[in-house]
Amino acid sequence: MKNKIAWLSAPYVLWMALVVVAPIIMVVFYAFTTAEGLAQWGEIPITEIFTLDNFARMGTYTVIFARSFQLALVATIVCLLLGYPLAYVMAKEGPGFQRMAMVLIMLPMWVNFLLRTYAWMAILENNGILNNFFEAIGLFDLINRIFGTDLTYFRMIRTQGAVVLGMVYNYLPFMVLPIYSVIIKLDHSLLEAARDLGANSAQVFRKVIFPLSLPGVLSGVTMVFVPSVSTFAISRMLGGNNQMLLGNLIEQQFLGGAYNPYLGSAIALVMMIIVIVCMVVMNHFGEGEEQAVML
Amino acid sequence: MRRYRIGSRFYMALIFLFLYAPILLLVVFSFNDANSNVVWQGFSLRWYEELFRDRQIMGAVYNTLLVSVLATAISTVVGTFTAVGLFGMRRRWRDPILTVNNIPIMNADIVTGVALCIFFVTVIAGWNGVVVEGWNGFVTYLEENFRRTLPRMGEVNMGFTTLLLAHISFDIPYVILNVLPKLRQMDRSLIDAAQDLGCTWMQAFRKVVIPEIKPGIVSGALIAFTMSVDDFVISYFTAGSASTLSIEIYGMVRKRVSPELNAVSTLLFGVVLVLLIIINVREWRLEKRQTAGT
Repeated sequence: MKNKIAWLSAPYVLWMALVVVAPIIMVVFYAFTTAEGLAQWGEIPITEIFTLDNFARMGTYTVIFARSFQLALVATIVCLLLGYPLAYVMAKEGPGFQRMAMVLIMLPMWVNFLLRTYAWMAILENNGILNNFFEAIGLFDLINRIFGTDLTYFRMIRTQGAVVLGMVYNYLPFMVLPIYSVIIKLDHSLLEAARDLGANSAQVFRKVIFPLSLPGVLSGVTMVFVPSVSTFAISRMLGGNNQMLLGNLIEQQFLGGAYNPYLGSAIALVMMIIVIVCMVVMNHFGEGEEQAVML
Repeated sequence: MRRYRIGSRFYMALIFLFLYAPILLLVVFSFNDANSNVVWQGFSLRWYEELFRDRQIMGAVYNTLLVSVLATAISTVVGTFTAVGLFGMRRRWRDPILTVNNIPIMNADIVTGVALCIFFVTVIAGWNGVVVEGWNGFVTYLEENFRRTLPRMGEVNMGFTTLLLAHISFDIPYVILNVLPKLRQMDRSLIDAAQDLGCTWMQAFRKVVIPEIKPGIVSGALIAFTMSVDDFVISYFTAGSASTLSIEIYGMVRKRVSPELNAVSTLLFGVVLVLLIIINVREWRLEKRQTAGT
C-alpha cells in the first residue's frame, strides 16, 4: 500500500525531468556550442562541435563581471550591517510589537518590485525629489558659497551608488527575516549561563548570540547576494546604460540587440555555479536553509 | 535600559521610513494633477481614469491575474498529490526528488528564466520545423530570433501557454514544501482508524488526510499566488507575445513613464493592505475567543 501512494508523485517527477532538468541540460549544451558549430551538425565530428569559445569570449566582459560582484558584495554587506541590528532589536520587543514589525517588513515585498524601484527613480533624478529638497533648504547655495562651485544638483541616479541602494532597498527583508527567526529561537538559558559565568553583554553577544545566529546570517547573505548579482531590472532602471551588470549582459544575449544565446547560456552557467557555491557554503553550516526555502 | 529602548525604536523607525517613503511617494503622486512625480499641482483622479481606459495596461493586469490564478490552482492540486506521494515514498527516492524540487526555488531567477526560454524555443523550433518546414526547419528556427511575435500559418509560438507552464513550474515546489511538513506532523494512526471503521482509502484521504493538511495547502497556495503575481524575470523570458503587468512596467520605464503606474501601484498596495488587515483582525479575534473560552 505504501508503494501505491508513492506513484502519486510520478507525474510530477516526469514534469520535473522535462521542465526543470532538461532546460538546465540545454543551457549546458548551448554554453559549449556556437551557432557556426551547430550549423555544421553531421558534417564535422561531434567532438569538434563542442567548444570553449563562449567562455573565452567572456574575457571581454571582465569589467562587467567585476562590477557585478563588487556591487552585489557591497549591497550584501550594507544589508547585513542594517539588517542584523534590526532583527536583533526586533527580537527583543514584546510579541504583539514583533508581529506588527514583521508585517511591516513583509508588506513592501507585496508591492511589485519594479514599481518600488521606479519610485526611487523619481527620488534620485537630477531634478527629483531629493535634489529639490536640498535646493529648498539652501544646501546648494551653502556649498557654492563655501567652495565657490556652481552646483545645482547632486548626480545620484545612473551611478553605482544608486544601483546598490536599489539592491539594499529591495532585498533588505531577505536579510532581516532569516536572522530574526534564528535569534527568536535562541535558548535563553544559554544567555543566562553566559552571564552567570561573568560575561558582560558585549561578550555575551560576541561569544554566544552571534555565533549561534550564524546560520541565519549565512542564509540572509545568500538570499541577498544571489538576486543582487543576477539582477538586471534594478541596474537598468537606476544605473542607466553605463552600469551594466551580468544580468543585463544575459538579457541582451537573449532578448536584446546583442543576440547570442550561446554566449548567454555560458554566462548563465557561470551564474548557476555561483549559486551552487553559495548553497554548498550555506548547507555546510546547516539549519538556516529551511527559512530560505520558505521565502 | 529605557535609553536603549528609545534608541532601538528610533532605529526601527528610520528603517521603516526607508522602506515606506518610496511607496508613500507613489501613493501621493497618483493623485497628482500634473504629469510628474516631482512637482505637485493639486489633487485629481485623472490618472485613475486614464488607467482604466488604458487597454494595454488593463490587459496586462488581466493576464497577470489569469496566469496567477490558473497556475496557483493547478500547482495546488498537483503539488498536494505529489506531496502525498512523496510522503509514502522511501527516503532513498524521496531525498533526491526533493533536491531537484528545490532547484527552481534556490536558483537565480534569471537562470531559471533563460533555461525555460531555451527549452521552449528549442521545443517550438522542433515542432515548427518538423510540422511546418520539415527537419531542416529546426536549425533555421533556432538561428532566428528567440522572440517571434508574428507566427506564420501553423506555427506555434511563445505566449500565454509557455508563460503558464513556466509559472506552474516555479509554483509547485512551494506547494510541496508547505504541504509535506503538515503530512509529517499528522498522526498516522488516524488513517488506520478511519480504514478500520470501514472507510475506503479514497474516503480516508478525503475525510481525514485533507482536513489535517489543509493549513499547509492554503499557505502553499497563497505563497504560489504571491510568487506568480510578483514575478517579473521568469515571465519576461517566457511570455513571448503575451504580457504581464511587470513586463508592461519594465517596458514603460524604458520608454515613457506615465503616472498611471502610480495609480496601479496604489490600487495594488490598497488591496494587499485591506487583505492583511482582514486576516490579522480575524486571527486576533480568533485568539481572543480562544483565550476567553479557556
